[in-house]
Amino acid sequence: MTTDHSLTVENLVLGYKDRDVIESLDLVVPPGKITAIVGPNACGKSTLLRSMTRLLAPRAGHVLLDGEEVHRIPPKELARTLGLLPQSPIAPEGITVADLVSRGRHPHQRVLARWSREDDRAVAAALDATHTAELADRSVDELSGGQRQRVWIAMALAQQTDLLLLDEPTTFLDVSHQVEVLDLLTDLNHARGTTIVMVLHDLNMAARYADHLIALAAGRLHAAGEPAEVLTEECVRAVFGLESRVILDPTSGKPLMLPLGRYHVSAPADS
Amino acid sequence: MSALDTVTAVVRGRHRRALRRRAMLGLLAVLIVAGFLVTLTSGRTYYPLSDVLDVVLGETVPGASFTVGELRLPRAVLAVLSGFCFGLGGVTFQTMLRNALASPDIIGITYGASAAAVFAIVTLDLSETGVSAFAIVAALAVALLIYLLSFRDGVVGTRLILIGIGIAAMLNSVVSYLLSQAGQWDLQEATRWLAGSLNNATWEQVVPVAAAAVVLTPVLLAQARNLTMLELGDDTAAALGIRLERTRLIVIVGAVGLIAFATAATGPIAFVAFLAGPIAARLFGAGGILLLPAALVGALLVLVADFVGQFAFGTRYPVGVITGVLGAPYLIYLIVRSNRSGGSL
Repeated sequence: MTTDHSLTVENLVLGYKDRDVIESLDLVVPPGKITAIVGPNACGKSTLLRSMTRLLAPRAGHVLLDGEEVHRIPPKELARTLGLLPQSPIAPEGITVADLVSRGRHPHQRVLARWSREDDRAVAAALDATHTAELADRSVDELSGGQRQRVWIAMALAQQTDLLLLDEPTTFLDVSHQVEVLDLLTDLNHARGTTIVMVLHDLNMAARYADHLIALAAGRLHAAGEPAEVLTEECVRAVFGLESRVILDPTSGKPLMLPLGRYHVSAPADS
Repeated sequence: MSALDTVTAVVRGRHRRALRRRAMLGLLAVLIVAGFLVTLTSGRTYYPLSDVLDVVLGETVPGASFTVGELRLPRAVLAVLSGFCFGLGGVTFQTMLRNALASPDIIGITYGASAAAVFAIVTLDLSETGVSAFAIVAALAVALLIYLLSFRDGVVGTRLILIGIGIAAMLNSVVSYLLSQAGQWDLQEATRWLAGSLNNATWEQVVPVAAAAVVLTPVLLAQARNLTMLELGDDTAAALGIRLERTRLIVIVGAVGLIAFATAATGPIAFVAFLAGPIAARLFGAGGILLLPAALVGALLVLVADFVGQFAFGTRYPVGVITGVLGAPYLIYLIVRSNRSGGSL
């Protein structure tokens, strides 16, 4: 259902105050796929996501959704197609899971319209998909980090957008919850064909879960394509300034990056 | 749970919350009406409910016509209206800035009205209407100033609160200076105004507050849902389709208007704007829309505090003294708690 949407970035320049964070970037987000954006700290990953949801106006260039400038689309209309889960969303004190997830329905509601059957169904589906239905009446404050992240994803799901952007959805989670969240997003992509774009820190998780990998360095595109093409030793060196070995992950057939620090390395890089 | 069960559970949960909300709103309304009737019938002299109703309906009842019609009725109406405005204006700021400390009586907006009113009384020697007009304009100007000073790529709650507290301190010293220069008679009038009082409530004072409430309440209620989205943080709110700056602007103008008109009529009744929201959140549970609940809590708070101040002790205390005694401990509690949790504010 989402394959009819296109999200592209042309000649994009983004910045805050006197500093350009993104310089002349061209990108195509493949529809119906999972895209991961990787890059070092402060390379402009989050800034790029913010501009895709009209939170930040471009200095130059375009962000186009279905060929239309994102910044010209009325906000509520945009919010019915494109969702964003920011890096650190804020839950009001004492709010229940059900209430929080229900707020995802906002773009679908008119000012004075009543809560509809459709809204109920969307909230219930979001709770089911994220396995948070049993938590519905709990207060968000009481939940563990992993549960809380699932609840936020549920809110984004209740928004029922065909494209979903996530800014580091796995940061602060332990490894089992990281896998849980990424599996959940993959379920969503497979079941509904939702286009997913996420910023990830962990290169190996990104290579494993993404169909399409985008590597940014210093505000420029370094490489984009299938993980096997993008995640190479040269790429890691160029983007992160780190020596590494990239081997084939025996469990997934995707590339696996092993960093080479100054210690604890017995086999040299040039094997 | 199967998909259908979850839908049923979601619907049931929503109905349960709606029912609780309606029950609580109903309870508050009943309490306000009851309190209203008590303040009309009781006092130094007791008038039966039938007399009170006759007076309200415009008939002449010896004694009661003056005491109830001219003294108690405008006072009770002003109590309810000003409390309503303080509660609604306060919770609007608290929700918008996601912080209970962000109430207009803490971040200097009410102080703006106070300083202007004292200036009007002491230096300009204005009439009561002039004082009110001065207070309203000053409250709006101070709100604008705080907003502009704290604007840098959008408004951040804590920055606005800190700037507001600073401005409040400045205005406070302006008030102290003016009072030190005031003549005997002006001093009395100014301090009475500063304490926040419903003494000498008249219909002339009621009318502007009522007009402000009638015009601005619908404006704020129409923004209620957008406002609750702002609670989720700017990024999430924008992703849900909220126009951030436009919503903030409408909401600030509406809330400051309510606060300014109420303050002009009664003086700054301490901490009502600050307390109403958190009390409403306790009663109604967070997550819902707290505007109307906080407005009703504010109305009840001022009504009851005024009655207590008048009759519970040997001497009559202005309503602001009573609400101040209630509010100060809560302010300390909030600051201590946010210190403990390691938060900055």
